Amino acid sequence: MKVSLYNQLVRAGATRRDVLKGAASVAALAAASGAGLGALTRPAAAADDLRAKILQIPGVGKGQPTDADFQQVGELCLEATKANVKEGEFAGVQLTFMGLNNQNLHNVLFRGFLKPWETYTGAKINWIDLAQADYNARLQQSIATGTVDFDIIEMGAPFEGDVCGKGLTSEMPDWVKDQIDMKDVVAYLQPPVGTWDGKQYRVTVDGDAHNFNYRTDVFADADLAKAWKDGGGEGEWGVPKTWQQVQAVTKFLKGKQVNGQDIFGYLDAPKPWGGFGFYFLGSRASAYAKHPDDKAWLFDADTMKPRVNNPAWVRAIQDVIDALPSEPADQINADPNTTAFQQFLAGTGSMVTWWGDVGSNVKTNDSSVVGDITGFSILPGSDDVYNSKTGQWDKLASGPNYAPNCAYLGWGVYVMARVDTDEKKKKAAWSAAAHLGGKDLSLWCAAYPSGFQPYRNSHFNIPEWVAAGYDEAFITSYLKSEADSYNHPNAAIEPRIPGIFQYYSAAEDILANTFAGKMKAQEGADAIAAAWEKLTDQIGRENQIKLYKASLGM
Amino acid sequence: MADQTLSTNAWPANAAPSDLISPGRKRLGWALMAVATLGLLATIAVQILYKTEVDTIGFETWRPVVYAYVLWGIALGIGQVLTRGEDGQRALFLLPALLFTIAMVIFPTLFGFYIALTDWNLSSFSGRKFNGLDNFWQMLSDSYYRNALFNMVLYVLAVFVEYVIAFGLALLLNAQIRARKFFRVVFLMPLMLSPVAVSWMIGKSLMEYRFGPAATLARHLGWENPAFFSNPITARISIMVLDAWTFIPFMMIMLLAGLQAMSREVLEAARVDGASAWQTFWQVTFPLMLPVSVTAVILRIIFKLKLADIIITVTSGGPGGATDSVSSFIYREYRDRSNVGYGTMLAMAYLILIVVFVTWLLKFASRFVRNVN
Repeated sequence: MKVSLYNQLVRAGATRRDVLKGAASVAALAAASGAGLGALTRPAAAADDLRAKILQIPGVGKGQPTDADFQQVGELCLEATKANVKEGEFAGVQLTFMGLNNQNLHNVLFRGFLKPWETYTGAKINWIDLAQADYNARLQQSIATGTVDFDIIEMGAPFEGDVCGKGLTSEMPDWVKDQIDMKDVVAYLQPPVGTWDGKQYRVTVDGDAHNFNYRTDVFADADLAKAWKDGGGEGEWGVPKTWQQVQAVTKFLKGKQVNGQDIFGYLDAPKPWGGFGFYFLGSRASAYAKHPDDKAWLFDADTMKPRVNNPAWVRAIQDVIDALPSEPADQINADPNTTAFQQFLAGTGSMVTWWGDVGSNVKTNDSSVVGDITGFSILPGSDDVYNSKTGQWDKLASGPNYAPNCAYLGWGVYVMARVDTDEKKKKAAWSAAAHLGGKDLSLWCAAYPSGFQPYRNSHFNIPEWVAAGYDEAFITSYLKSEADSYNHPNAAIEPRIPGIFQYYSAAEDILANTFAGKMKAQEGADAIAAAWEKLTDQIGRENQIKLYKASLGM
Repeated sequence: MADQTLSTNAWPANAAPSDLISPGRKRLGWALMAVATLGLLATIAVQILYKTEVDTIGFETWRPVVYAYVLWGIALGIGQVLTRGEDGQRALFLLPALLFTIAMVIFPTLFGFYIALTDWNLSSFSGRKFNGLDNFWQMLSDSYYRNALFNMVLYVLAVFVEYVIAFGLALLLNAQIRARKFFRVVFLMPLMLSPVAVSWMIGKSLMEYRFGPAATLARHLGWENPAFFSNPITARISIMVLDAWTFIPFMMIMLLAGLQAMSREVLEAARVDGASAWQTFWQVTFPLMLPVSVTAVILRIIFKLKLADIIITVTSGGPGGATDSVSSFIYREYRDRSNVGYGTMLAMAYLILIVVFVTWLLKFASRFVRNVN
C-alpha cells in the first residue's frame, strides 16, 4: 500500500488493524476514495501544533506504529535539521550507523526517522544491526582490534569509559547542542553523563531507570484483600511499598486466581541476559545497599573492593531464592525480556521491574492485555538500609529507604572520531544524530514502543499525553514513577567504568548457579566478589577507581 | 616402453628436467626466492617493531604483511620452477594449497596458542600481556569449565540412545512399508533446519511453559507443571531431545545407506537356515552394519562435541549450568566477558581434548570392528 493512502486512512480514523485486514483494506480503500470515506471520518484534529500532530501517529490504542509512521514522524520533525543544513548539502556522503535491532525497536525506528533526513540532505546511511546480547562483544572487539567500522553508534552511557575514554568519539559541536536543546534533558542525565574529560560526546535519546510496574486489578481485588486479612497478612491489602512487602505478597499470591486466571506475584529474571540481567538484582538490592549518606553501592569507591557480598546484596540474592518457588514454575528459565514482554504484558504476574518501556507498551503493544490495569511507582524501598561504613543496618527516621536504580543511564547517539578528518562527513553525522535526539521526535519515542523512555523535562507535560490518547490517571502514574526515579536524591547511579558488562556477565553466571540451588546466597555473593576483584586487577585497578569515583560525581 | 616414459617425463612440453637447468637460471631462481624471503621477513620485522613501539616506521594495519606473504608465495612458486624445472612445476600443484593452509589454519592455530598464554581482556587499559600458563592453571580450578566438560560426557553418552533410535528408523524405512519415499523425506527434514530455528520453534515455542502445545499436552497427561527447562535433569534431557531430533536423521540416513548396500543373499541364507527375525538382525545384520554404525556414531560424536547453538538460544546454559556445554561456556567467557586470553585457553584445551579423544575413539572403533568381525 502506498504510504500516502495508508496515512489518509489512518488520519481518517481507521486503525492500523482495520487497514491491514487484507481484502477488507482493499474495500476500505475503495470506500475511502469516494463517499464511503464518511464511515471512517471523525472530526479533524484542529491542533496545528507539531507535537500534538506527531502524537496522533498512529494514535494510542490504534495498534503498533509501522515504518510508514516512523517515516512520517521523521519527516514532520525535520524542521530543526533544515535550519542548519541546506537541501542536498550532504550529497555523496555515506555514513555507517551501528545500533540495536532487538524487539524491532531502536535501529528499526531510526531507519524510518532518518529516511526523510537522507532524502533531504542527500546523505546515505548504511546500517549495522545488532541483537542486544551481541552488542557488548561487537563493540569491545571493534575497540580492541582498532576496527571501528561505523561513523555513528547508538550506545549506552556505561560504555563511555570504553569508547570516549579511548578518544574514539567526536566532540559535539555547539550548533548540535542548540539544535537538540540540551538544557531540556533531565538533571540526572546532564553532565558528567555523556561527557568525558569535560567534553560533550552524546546526544541523549533515552532516559533509563528501573521503575515498578504492578497490576491495579490484583491489588484492588476484594477477594484477595479478604484472603490476605484472613491469612494474617500485615497491614491492608495493597500495592507493596517495600521489598519486604513484595516478598510477602509474592508468597501469598502463589496458587491464587483473579478472574479465573492464575496470578503470581513478583517476576524475577534469573536467566543470564548478556550482562543486562544483573540490573534486575540491582533493583532488588538498591534499597538495601544504597545508603543516603554514601554515593557508592556496588564498590568501595576508594579501593574498588566489591560490595556485592555485603549483607545488603546477600539479602537481595536470598530474596530471589526465597521468591522463586512462588513464581511461575519455569521462572528459573526467564530472562528480563521474558518477564516484561512475555509474562507481564500477557497477564502473568502482578509485579515486575523494568525500564519505562512497560508503561508505553502496555497501552500500545499489540500483545498487551494489561493496558487498563497497570500502575506504576518508583522501585519499592526497604524498612532498613545497610550502612557499609558502620557495617550496621540503619532504620531511617524518614521511614523506608528508597533508592531507584538508574540502570544504564539511557541510550545515546555518539559520532565517532573517524569522521573528524572530513568536515562534510562530520557535519552529516552530527546532523543525523541531532535529528534522532530532536526535542519533538523524542516525545514521540517516549509515547510509543521505541525502546526509549522520557528523558526531557518537556516529556512530563501530561496534557500532551492525554491528547495523544493516554488515560490521564494512567499516564500520570507512569510519568510520576519515571520523574520520581530520575530526580530521587538517593538514586543508585550506574558506574560508567570500562568493562562494566564484564562484571555483570560474570555475576550473572554465578547467580544462575546460586538461584538454581548450587550455592548459598553468601557463597554466590563471595564468588562474584572474587571474580570482580580479579577483573578489576585485569582491567587496571587505579584507573577503575578514578573512573568509578568520577561516575559517582565524587 | 622407453617412448612412454619419455612422453611422461616430457610433460608439460616446455618443462625442463632439473639436471638440464642452466646454472644461471638456478641462480636467478634462488636469488628471487631469497629476495622475496628477505622482503617478507623485513616486512614482518618492521611491523612487529612498529606495533611494539620500538620503531616509528611501520604500517597502521597488518595488511601489508599479508601482501608480502602473497608476493613471497608467488616468488616461491616461480623460484621452484626456475630452480627445479619439471619438479618445480609439479610442486606448483601443491604449493598454493599448502600456503593457503599455512595462512588460514596453521598460523591462526599457532597464534591461538600464543593468545592462550596471554592475559587479554578487551577492556584492559594495558592491552595484551603474556602471562605464561596462568590461564591453564586457572582453567584447572574452574568449576564452570569442569561442569561443562561433565555435561559433555552426558551429551556424548546420549549419542548411543540416538543411535538405537536411528537404527530402528533406518530398519523401518528399509522395510517394505507404504509411502516409504515420503517418510524418508519427512524424516530427513529436521536435519535441514538450522539448530537456531529448532531452538525457537521447539524449545521456545512448542515447549514454552505457558502456551506451548507440548506443555499443554503434558498438562493433559497429568504433569502439573510442565516446565521443560527448570529442573536440571529435565532441562538436560530436553536439550538432548532437541539436539537428537535435529541429528537423528543424519545417523538414520547413513545407516539406511548401509542397510541398502547389504547383500540380500546373506539375509536369505540366514532365513533358509531357519534364523528368526531377531536372530537375523542380531547375528547377521548388526555385525555387518558395524563399520557403518561406527562411522555414524563417531561422526555424530564429533558433531555433538560442538553442541552450543541450541543451549545458547534456549537456556543460556541454565538452570545453574545444568545444560552448559563447553562451547556455550566459552562463548559466554569470550563474548560476554571479552576475556580473550582465557577464553582462547579454554578453546585450545578443548581442541586438544577432542583431538586426543577422537584419535582414541577411531583406534578403539577399528579394533572393535576387527574383533567382532
